[in-house]
Amino acid sequence: MIPEAGHFALILALCVSVLLSLVPLAGTYLKVPLWQQSARPLAVVNGALLLLSFAALTHAFLTDDFSVVYAASHSNSLMPWYFKFSAVWGGHEGSLLLWVLILSFWTAAVALLSRQLPLELKARVLSVLGMINVGFLLFILLTSNPFERYLPNSPTDGADLNPLLQDFGLIVHPPLLYMGYVGFSVAFAFAIAALLGGRLDATWARWSRPWTTVAWAFLTLGIALGSWWAYYELGWGGWWFWDPVENASFMPWLAGTALMHSLAATEKRGVFKSWTVLLAIFTFSLCLLGTFLVRSGILTSVHAFANDPERGRFVLMMLGVVIGGSLLLYALRAPVIKSRVHFTETSRESFLLANNIILFVASLTVLGGTLFPLAAEFYDYEVSVGAPYFNLMFAFLTPLLAIALGFGARSRWKTTSSARLLDKTVIHAAISFVAAVIIPWLYGEFFFLAMVGVFIAAWVSCATVSDIREKTRNKGLWRGWQQTSRSYKGMIFGHIGLAVMIMGAAIVSHYTVERNVRLAPGEAAVFGDFLVTFDRMEKVRGPNYIGDAATFDVFPAPGETAALAGLSPAALKMKYVGEGAEPLFELKPEKRRYVVSSSLMTEAGINPGLFRDIYISLGEPLGSGEKEQAWAVRLQYKPLVRWLWLGAIFMALGGGLAVSDRRYRLKIRQRIDRSPGEPAITPSSDVDASVLKPIAPRSGA
Amino acid sequence: MNPKRKQRLMAVGLIVFGVSSAIGLAAYALRSNIDLFFNPSQIATGEAPLAKRIRIGGMVVEDSVRRDPESLQVQFALTDYKNTVTVSYTGILPDLFKEGQGIVTSGELNGAGVFEATEVLAKHDENYMPPNVQRALDKAHESGAPTEDGSL
Repeated sequence: MIPEAGHFALILALCVSVLLSLVPLAGTYLKVPLWQQSARPLAVVNGALLLLSFAALTHAFLTDDFSVVYAASHSNSLMPWYFKFSAVWGGHEGSLLLWVLILSFWTAAVALLSRQLPLELKARVLSVLGMINVGFLLFILLTSNPFERYLPNSPTDGADLNPLLQDFGLIVHPPLLYMGYVGFSVAFAFAIAALLGGRLDATWARWSRPWTTVAWAFLTLGIALGSWWAYYELGWGGWWFWDPVENASFMPWLAGTALMHSLAATEKRGVFKSWTVLLAIFTFSLCLLGTFLVRSGILTSVHAFANDPERGRFVLMMLGVVIGGSLLLYALRAPVIKSRVHFTETSRESFLLANNIILFVASLTVLGGTLFPLAAEFYDYEVSVGAPYFNLMFAFLTPLLAIALGFGARSRWKTTSSARLLDKTVIHAAISFVAAVIIPWLYGEFFFLAMVGVFIAAWVSCATVSDIREKTRNKGLWRGWQQTSRSYKGMIFGHIGLAVMIMGAAIVSHYTVERNVRLAPGEAAVFGDFLVTFDRMEKVRGPNYIGDAATFDVFPAPGETAALAGLSPAALKMKYVGEGAEPLFELKPEKRRYVVSSSLMTEAGINPGLFRDIYISLGEPLGSGEKEQAWAVRLQYKPLVRWLWLGAIFMALGGGLAVSDRRYRLKIRQRIDRSPGEPAITPSSDVDASVLKPIAPRSGA
Repeated sequence: MNPKRKQRLMAVGLIVFGVSSAIGLAAYALRSNIDLFFNPSQIATGEAPLAKRIRIGGMVVEDSVRRDPESLQVQFALTDYKNTVTVSYTGILPDLFKEGQGIVTSGELNGAGVFEATEVLAKHDENYMPPNVQRALDKAHESGAPTEDGSL
């Protein structure tokens, strides 16, 4: 019965969403406040119903109810409970349900957290979110119902979850990613609501800014987590593959980053209003496009779900409606918007414009590379666009972005004197250049792109630090820093995060040492500055798999590579063990066979470090003899690989800091002061009026 | 020129410059970095270029995997059920590489007609057939390319 209840809740949620998308919006045109006020309860009920529905599906998984088709094909009674739980979103239907759940969560959050939003605007925003809810609920109910049953004959056990997905990374990766992906629908809803209301002023930007930042922070974490998961779970130590599905999440991230920056300019200075609206539409369209690419199975990808052309068609239709509808609305309304603010070539506005153009172009680049094989197919060519294309494009665009960032961080609104801007440039460039020489020199080899990477990472750091110093000039560094606003700290964290990430990417891409060797227990191999001995091989047994676990000892062998290269694996081992050397650490990579699906999985053995990872994974067994059990072994030394994810954590932290800024909290306190239930008609212009003063005149305030 | 026009001109100029240079670069990058995809029959008929990076896809022939006992060198045959190509690869094969499984591999075709692979891709899901392998199989079937043993 419970699955039926879940299905029923889903259908009810659709009904509520239809109401949500129509009633409040109609209320704004017919001027019926009651209808407009209905948005809030409707949004909350919608969220509650979806939570119920999701709980019903989770129940089916946790209680091994294999009469539910989706549970039977993605779970197994042998799996530990936490994997049963995460298996709920391990396949197409369930991940889509998670998607709508999160969408309804965002909708309810907007309803609950923006009480002092003008009633009309709130009604419009929630109605637009309601429409998106309707679209996705229809998608689930018509093409991918997770509650379908095998009746009357249900299987006794499930087909097991893909072993790659039986991992901590998968428990958290999709929810985080979806929080980000779906979160951009809020920015989109605000943009559409502003267009519908014809009031595209700075208030619009102010309201949607924290939502965009939160969504962006989640997306950043989600992507980084996916990259980390691929790194340790796929067994070959890659961290980004330019796979179409990765691109599908990266495109909205690039566009979302641009949106976040242009919203800042729109809020603070009232510039780029139309562009910001377009960017919000573009970002959300990219989210939908990503969904389409993943769900339709139209592209060759490691992530592809089983293909179903009907699903693809549905998402494509939705994409068409969203893009077509919002651009039409934009075309009808945009001429109304006028900006009367001036800025000069060296103002912060200009650098934000440069930021936007570069990021926009970057997302187009990824879009082009992702869709090119599809376009070529029409002409009957089978092609694939691989990493070299994307790497080349980003080797070109990232330095441009970083250099603009360096100037932008030290520029001021409206205008900055060129003397001021150029003041420290020479010093920064010199410091960065020295770093770009010394760091590759420490790694022992010079690569042009690695030098460029170090240079721009240092450049961004210098500019950021110099901006902090200037800001805290009168108060001392520490006290001054404490007195800066949280949104300023957020920006600093974000930029430093970017520098850290660039540094990590530049170093790990060029100085990774990888050796694939054939090793039997008792033998040893040298790679980089390390010597690895293959100690032993044991059988292991997990809840739903059996496996071989190897034990490797890693010894330091700096600079001995050449001297040791000539020795046989056994002689190497003798030399080290004979001298009684102590290993630095041991690693236990595994090869697992998951019993139910009889699929193989590699569990890498990783010794993590801030400056380097040692990564050992097992290939396949090679020897078939009785005594000798040789394995193909992959040995890797990965310098600064952790910095990639560390950078992402900094960025997300920056996003968190920015939204916790005082001015957003002040609004909440102010709301409590106001008598409850009183609608706030005017946008709260009192909070940071000083910041907003020079902005274009706001209508209706 | 009034400052507003100037500002707008600057913005438009920047955008035009940025977008056009990116398109130019992208076109250049695409031209030199796309891999054409072939099926074993196209290779048998000599459609595929030699010594150029390409991709081929097909099914791994049963009992065709031969390992070198001393190194990581491995050889196997890839088929579209009409023709087969010998693929040689040095390195570690992915977990899902299996005889009878559809795979995609990239590398170069050498003069002896052996495909020297630099990368072997098998897919996550065992039931999942890479679309381009499926199409390669379909295409070979439709084209009626001559088979090695003459049968269909």
